[in-house]
Amino acid sequence: MKKIHVTRLSCLGVVAIVTRLSLAVLLLAAVVSMVAGQTLAANLQSSPALLPLEQALSQIVSEDEAVREAALRVLLEQGDGTLIPRLEDIRANADRSIRQAIKPVMDLLRNRAKLQSPEADARRSAATDLGMLGKPVAIPWLDQAAAKEPNKWVRYTMQESAALLKLVGNDQAAKLVAVDQLGKLASQNAVPALQELVSAGSAEGVNASQQALAEAARVSIERIETWAVWSTAIETLFRGISLSSILLIMSVGLAIVFGLMGVINMAHGELMMVGAYATFVTQEAFKAFFPATMFDYYFAAAMPMAFLVAAGCGMLLEVTVIRFLYGRPLETMLATWGISLVLMQAARVYFGDLTAVAAPAWLSGGLQVMVGVFLPNNRLFIILLSVICVLTIYFMLFRSGLGLRVRAVTQNRNMSACLGIPTRKVDAYTFAFGSGLAGIAGWALTLIGNVDPGLGQNYIVDSFMVVVTGGVGKLAGTIVASLGIGGLNKLLEPSLGAVYGKVCILVLVILFLQWRPSGLFAIKGRHADS
Amino acid sequence: MSEIKTQDSNTTLTVEGQPSRREFLVQGSKAAAGVGIAALLGNLGHWALSYAADKEPIKIGVLHSLSGTMAISEVSLRDVVLMAVDEINAKGGIMGRQVKPVVVDPASNWDLFAEKAKQLLLQDKVTVVFGCWTSVSRKSVLPVFEKNNGLLFYPVQYEGEECSHNVFYTGAAVNQQAVPAVEYLMSKEGGAYKKFYLLGTDYVYPRTTNKILRAMLLAKKVPEANIMEEYTPFHHQDYQTIVGKIKKFAAGGGAAVISTINGDSNVPFYKEFANQGLRAEDAPIMAFSVAEDELRGMDTSALVGHLAAWNYYQSVDTPQNKKFVADFKAYCKKNNLPDGEKRVTDDPIEAAYFGVHVWKQAVEKAGKTDVDAVRKAVYGQKFLAPGGEIMMDTGNQHTHKPVLIGEILKDGQFKVVSRSKGLVKPEPWSEYTNPDKGCDWISHQGTYPKK
Repeated sequence: MKKIHVTRLSCLGVVAIVTRLSLAVLLLAAVVSMVAGQTLAANLQSSPALLPLEQALSQIVSEDEAVREAALRVLLEQGDGTLIPRLEDIRANADRSIRQAIKPVMDLLRNRAKLQSPEADARRSAATDLGMLGKPVAIPWLDQAAAKEPNKWVRYTMQESAALLKLVGNDQAAKLVAVDQLGKLASQNAVPALQELVSAGSAEGVNASQQALAEAARVSIERIETWAVWSTAIETLFRGISLSSILLIMSVGLAIVFGLMGVINMAHGELMMVGAYATFVTQEAFKAFFPATMFDYYFAAAMPMAFLVAAGCGMLLEVTVIRFLYGRPLETMLATWGISLVLMQAARVYFGDLTAVAAPAWLSGGLQVMVGVFLPNNRLFIILLSVICVLTIYFMLFRSGLGLRVRAVTQNRNMSACLGIPTRKVDAYTFAFGSGLAGIAGWALTLIGNVDPGLGQNYIVDSFMVVVTGGVGKLAGTIVASLGIGGLNKLLEPSLGAVYGKVCILVLVILFLQWRPSGLFAIKGRHADS
Repeated sequence: MSEIKTQDSNTTLTVEGQPSRREFLVQGSKAAAGVGIAALLGNLGHWALSYAADKEPIKIGVLHSLSGTMAISEVSLRDVVLMAVDEINAKGGIMGRQVKPVVVDPASNWDLFAEKAKQLLLQDKVTVVFGCWTSVSRKSVLPVFEKNNGLLFYPVQYEGEECSHNVFYTGAAVNQQAVPAVEYLMSKEGGAYKKFYLLGTDYVYPRTTNKILRAMLLAKKVPEANIMEEYTPFHHQDYQTIVGKIKKFAAGGGAAVISTINGDSNVPFYKEFANQGLRAEDAPIMAFSVAEDELRGMDTSALVGHLAAWNYYQSVDTPQNKKFVADFKAYCKKNNLPDGEKRVTDDPIEAAYFGVHVWKQAVEKAGKTDVDAVRKAVYGQKFLAPGGEIMMDTGNQHTHKPVLIGEILKDGQFKVVSRSKGLVKPEPWSEYTNPDKGCDWISHQGTYPKK
């Protein structure tokens, strides 16, 4: 085609064509530039804010640092969350120094967008992050968000972050207000920054305003520390109660089996493990057979499962082994220990190590009750559960027909048999009930730790310790002993550390049993010796 | 006294029983002929034996716990060692000889480790042993290997401060894992953290690692008040107080947790951490004992965003790693091992795998399976491992490896966030706690004083 054109052109005369062509080109260029100018103007009219942002976006990859800084400032002042994907693109292609310069801007914009999130947790974590990034540009964002924030604790975090950012700036008056506010908020996060202000004020040759600031900071720190003492005390108390509730829920089953029936069941820990695995199997069943929206209900469904499976195992154990060993504690101990080994290895062989139980959403996270005191939901739940368990046992033992028979058999087996109580049946039911309680403990413990074959071994020693310290055969003793051991443990741990805390507890228990061999609540009367 | 007496009586005997000249000649020629024939027969026999030996398989020992508490981690190492042996045998073995593994189960019991090691070396007469996980088990078998001149390939990261002639360490030394991990946290890229909470289970690995880290942090001008150190007993489940302490420590930002918590205490720790409202952004946990194989048994939702330091991850993007991961899954499926295709690979599994191949290359280079010859041949040996090429050190029996920092993802895998430039040279004696000691078996006799 081109060739044909050229030949034709040459026929018509080269010079004339060249002049005509150049004219046409000029004309075309003029038209194009006019059209372009019009669209540009139109763009400018329709969205005037877009231009500086666009310009800034193109300038952040500039070689000149000053231009880059200015562009980043523009982005921060006028940008919002929608810019993040574009920044992401730029960042992917840019070199290292530019990537590092863009990152804080992206973090700021992302967190600014998250301040509007419908989820309280996301808003709160965005506010914390903005406080930690240390860029005063975020102060108005936080103030605005705090003004319309409905959630008390999210608002608290926003105010705290804004005040922390004000400390970074140069405005002395604003700093003084921020220092005071942080003191009022009892913000533990502010202590390092405030301490810096104090030490800056004590240096030589500082002016009066700085000294005033240091003084205000000192007052605020004192205020924060006083608050911290109280919040730590409350948290320690809660931790003690939480550990006690775990000890209690582990040992109530044992208190019935060991305390009332006198059976030293070394496989009690493994019955907890059975309960935990029942929970795991229920979870897997929910994953496989029910829609994902139902998943959180698995945990409620797992409770009767754990109880029944563990009770069933206990019943089987009683009928096949323990029944023949009543009154022979050493043989019982050896036999049940052997069974515990069998159960452990069976779990290891059958389940392997792919056993994770995910806590349902309503049991993860925690509840903030006051500044610095955060109570995890799973622990609150276990405290509640242990109370329910103790009440159930109380009613079962002291307010029901079965309980009456159990107590009668415990006190005098032969006489009960003479009076027509089916002692064998009562034994089997009692043992199954104690085992079922172990299953419930296993179910609850999946919230704290993981499910593995050695789960029972971790708890069995503590359970025996609680039951023996409390006094064999006394439910009240078990409750008091678990509260005492749990509370004392948490009291000692902060100063002694986990290892020596535990050693100390064991020594104290040994000393206590030397003093009172039959435990806190000894059974008195004639049948105490038998 | 008695010795001297016997010598005396011997001398007298020889003098009295001196043979006559003729007798001597007759006896002598008979003896010479006998010796000649014997030598001939002996040579023949030796040749015959060596011919047979060429066809005989090479025996190797596998010393990993298959039951008890450590089985969860160690069974995977046995599986991968057997897989590597299968690979070697499928390609015709080593110098035409098949490799025959002898698998024993020390049952997570460290006394049994020493016993089984002895059995492998003396009774089964294996040429090399692949095994051990915990430092305690390694320390327990060490005298057995040193006394009987055995050879052990040890595939797990450990605390260093050891320089044995009879062990090849294919896992990381402290300067290839813990030290670079903390350096990363201190760097601008890693978040410029200033306060460190060293938390571990109470035994030799965490204690020694934290001793080195503390010395390093002090050397890098981190004030004493910004370092906390804390230990928990084995199987510790109640982390309320410790997480509470971390929360106070991390207030105001700039704090990281360095975790050497081992085994089943990890889940309660991470769960408590998340439940008390702490996030990875407030204080990231850098763990040295949490890898893919442990993560598959955990609910990962509480771990996402936290960090780990290793020399290999399943997610490393190399062609040989893709093949390795696929092969391992296929191997587990084919042999009906628990969880089959759902199995994952991790750092110790990779280290156990390339250990077998490095040994194979060394045997081929040496031309025989003799321990001293193979040891010499291992020095400087290179191998294209799944995670990238590694090199055995030319003197200290450890491995030059890359260091990778990974972030835990929801699916129990890691995203690599930082990678060392090239391979890091192993230092069994840390420059921070033992600057005056070195380890070299070529120019020195093991541990030597540095100047």
